[in-house]
Amino acid sequence: MRSTRTIDISTGLFVVLGFAAILFMVTQITNREFSLASDSYRLQAAFENVGGLKPGAPVSMGGVSIGRVESIQYDMGTFKAVATLRIDGRYNAIPNDSDASILTAGLLGGQYVGLSPGGSDQSFQDGDSVEFVQDAVVLENLISKYLFNSAAKTDAAATPAAPAAQE
Amino acid sequence: MIVFLREASQGLLTFLERVGLFVRFSLRLLAILPSGLLRVRPIIEQVYNAGALSLVIIMTCGLFVGMVLGLQGYDLLTRFGSEEYLGTATALSLMRELGPVVTALLFAGRAGTALAAELGLMRATDQIAAMEIMAVDPMRRVVLPRFLGGVIAMPLLVAIFIVVGLFGAQLVGVQFFGVDAGSFWSQMRSAVELDDIREGLVKGTVFGVACSLIAVYEGYNATPTAEGVGRATTRTVVISAVVTLVLDYILTASML
Repeated sequence: MRSTRTIDISTGLFVVLGFAAILFMVTQITNREFSLASDSYRLQAAFENVGGLKPGAPVSMGGVSIGRVESIQYDMGTFKAVATLRIDGRYNAIPNDSDASILTAGLLGGQYVGLSPGGSDQSFQDGDSVEFVQDAVVLENLISKYLFNSAAKTDAAATPAAPAAQE
Repeated sequence: MIVFLREASQGLLTFLERVGLFVRFSLRLLAILPSGLLRVRPIIEQVYNAGALSLVIIMTCGLFVGMVLGLQGYDLLTRFGSEEYLGTATALSLMRELGPVVTALLFAGRAGTALAAELGLMRATDQIAAMEIMAVDPMRRVVLPRFLGGVIAMPLLVAIFIVVGLFGAQLVGVQFFGVDAGSFWSQMRSAVELDDIREGLVKGTVFGVACSLIAVYEGYNATPTAEGVGRATTRTVVISAVVTLVLDYILTASML
């Protein structure tokens, strides 16, 4: 039998390692950020359609992550989806005519908000809303538009033959 | 034919009897659970036995499972030109499936057999009977701390297994094959939800309860002979493995 002290120390080591592993998973691997910088500020962006954008998605500018999507709500007054973006306080000089668009990372990746700088002298303040927005590209809409167009064409060509086929 | 039927019905009856005994044993353990939690010292010793002593094997196996996932995942994903999803693939498969299941199988092999053999030997050398004579409840004194130690150790082992596995996958994917480290971690981060981690830890806890319970039951009720102890350890591993995989299906189906 080993001494009690050795057992305690190795048990302690094991438990600490276990909790460190859980902590690592929760903080480092999920997209949730517990250590949001305290000096961050919020922007609102109203989209017609946010597509698959989810809270926690990155907000990036020129490919650099500068913040996160904090929440997405549907505004019944304007019938728009309002995304609240939380921007790191380090990036406090973004021109206030910058535009926000919902983009997709890679072909299958998650969606994120991309800001591209405008030319204004004034910068965004806490609580401002982004005026120029571009909606998410919904692939189904694109496909259905394309199909609808081509279907309309073939329909037009096939209409005289259709009744004959039904009989 | 009739002999066969009689044997089959005998077998079925024995099986049902075993299940009934097992349930009774579990309920008895549950009944004394609150009083057992107060005795911290023996529980710590059993967390040491079940957890700290399993640490090396868990970490080694986690590393290699992660490395294999890295290799296989890389090979598969390059066919679709999407090797930046290696992090996502390994993280999700480790957290949701491989982490809890492989840890439970290793736990049954490393800690479960040790528990069963120890209890079986105590039974065979009449230590348990001696305790009963001294009016010490062996369930409370011997079985419960071992069970609790296993239950506490399992989720922690699962977490360690997963994290070590991720570093194994990272080692192969990023260091050997040159997948971009940034996309490896960031794709993983954007795909893994807190629910995935919860699924892994819930599974780990359930498997821990199941494997520890089977180990202490088999050991405690071992036939008090050398052969009986051997059989108890074998049964522990076999039953634990089967129960783990069956429970895994049920849990996965209920949590998807």
